[in-house]
Amino acid sequence: MALYSEKVMDHFRKPRNVGVIPDADGVGQVGNAKCGDIMKMYLKIDDGIISDVKFETFGCGSAIASSSMATELIKGKSVSEALSLTNKAVAEALDGLPDYKLHCSVLAEQAVRAALEDYETRRREQSR
Amino acid sequence: MKIYADNAATTPMHPAAMKAMLRCMEECYGNPSSLHTTGQRAKETLETAREEIAEALNAAPRELIFTSGGSEADNQALRSAAALGRKQGKTHIISTAFEHHAVLHTLERLEREGFSVTLLDVHADGLVRPAELEAAIRPDTCLVSVMYANNEIGTVQPIRELGAICRAHGVLFHTDAVQAVGQLPIDVQAQHIDLLSASAHKFHGPKGIGFLYARRGVPLTPLIEGGAQERGKRAGTENVPAVAGMAAALKEAVAGMEENAARLRVLRDRLIEGLNTIPHAALNGDPIRRLPGNVSFCFEGVEGEALLLLLDDRGVAASSGSACTSGALDPSHVLLAIGRSHDVAHGSLRLSLGPDTTEAEIDYIVENVRDVVAHLRGFSPVWRDLTEGKAAFIL
Repeated sequence: MALYSEKVMDHFRKPRNVGVIPDADGVGQVGNAKCGDIMKMYLKIDDGIISDVKFETFGCGSAIASSSMATELIKGKSVSEALSLTNKAVAEALDGLPDYKLHCSVLAEQAVRAALEDYETRRREQSR
Repeated sequence: MKIYADNAATTPMHPAAMKAMLRCMEECYGNPSSLHTTGQRAKETLETAREEIAEALNAAPRELIFTSGGSEADNQALRSAAALGRKQGKTHIISTAFEHHAVLHTLERLEREGFSVTLLDVHADGLVRPAELEAAIRPDTCLVSVMYANNEIGTVQPIRELGAICRAHGVLFHTDAVQAVGQLPIDVQAQHIDLLSASAHKFHGPKGIGFLYARRGVPLTPLIEGGAQERGKRAGTENVPAVAGMAAALKEAVAGMEENAARLRVLRDRLIEGLNTIPHAALNGDPIRRLPGNVSFCFEGVEGEALLLLLDDRGVAASSGSACTSGALDPSHVLLAIGRSHDVAHGSLRLSLGPDTTEAEIDYIVENVRDVVAHLRGFSPVWRDLTEGKAAFIL
């Protein structure tokens, strides 16, 4: 019996959208090294559309796969669509996660949200 | 390449053990409690195995009872010593912070039942200081339990010294020797051991069988009530084939012990040297006073489960004390006990070598650990902060 689904292993072995965006419009980081998972999301947003997204993750296989899948799910989507991303959607897109790993998908949702909030904050400050 | 480097988790069975089991299943299917010839044949197999195992430890056959494994033996050793202590009005137990959970969880239960427990410091090198044990002994101490060799970081305790201190103070001494039996020479008399736990599958025997040594005069409390098997200390029809397999495996392990250990130490040190060339990595536990085949490392900026899954992809079976491997939130209590911070402890990797390990495999492991660590660090925000000076390196 495999620990993870093929989908999880695929995203873990070949994570999509890995890296940084130096001139990102929004950056979000969640988790901490103490509990063993940190995710950092970088967003490039043009006309309300997420034109590029990159991530960096310190964490287990499912944490890496969850962040990778989250970037795939929001790339090309509008900010409001991305805001509605749920951890459930991430987990389902990965063909499921073991129960004790569901927090990885929660972290992915939170990382996307944190990056979008950073984007909104920056926008408000610019328009002031 | 397929490399099994997780011999501390379990070992492949020795052909002699399989042969002994098969012979037993074919020829001694009787119940050792039966009076007829078929039963007595099984009884004879059981008692021969007991004699062989006792001889390997310098114990008497009647000082051994067979259990389902190391955990049961640990539970029974602690519960028995506690029961005796309570009778004598002694309710203090000394152990260490990095024992196996079979010991730690039993101690927690005993604490809830009114015992007080002192856990000795195991220091950064993973070793108990005999003087600290002596200082911790109180008039009401009934038991000292210190593992012979640690299952994660492989450090080997000065058992003879610890045993002598306990004996001088009239305190029972238990050692969880699950990782040591078959790997290191054991002499229960010379080492002043009163109680010792062992598990067959750690020395190339079958799973689900182990034994508890209890020095003559140390009363055991049964955990399982029922028939009078094992002189009333462990009810239930004996697993004769498994016992036969265990005895055969131990015989082989003891016969080849010195040669095997010498060979493993060379390979172990080569692996440690190789992994030490990876930046910001460190060996866990004393480099010399450790099991011949144990290598445990922490790599800063990466997480252990990811590390071991990628190694598995490359054919290397290893293990990690990372929280993610167990479903717990905290990383290994062993690594925390030797003072590793949470951040670093999540990036641990244990490689435990066996008699089949070759030099070529060691070199393959080093190269692949190096690759995989570099790959994971390449997109680790923790590593980025460290390299950009936003956080300080620990290792």
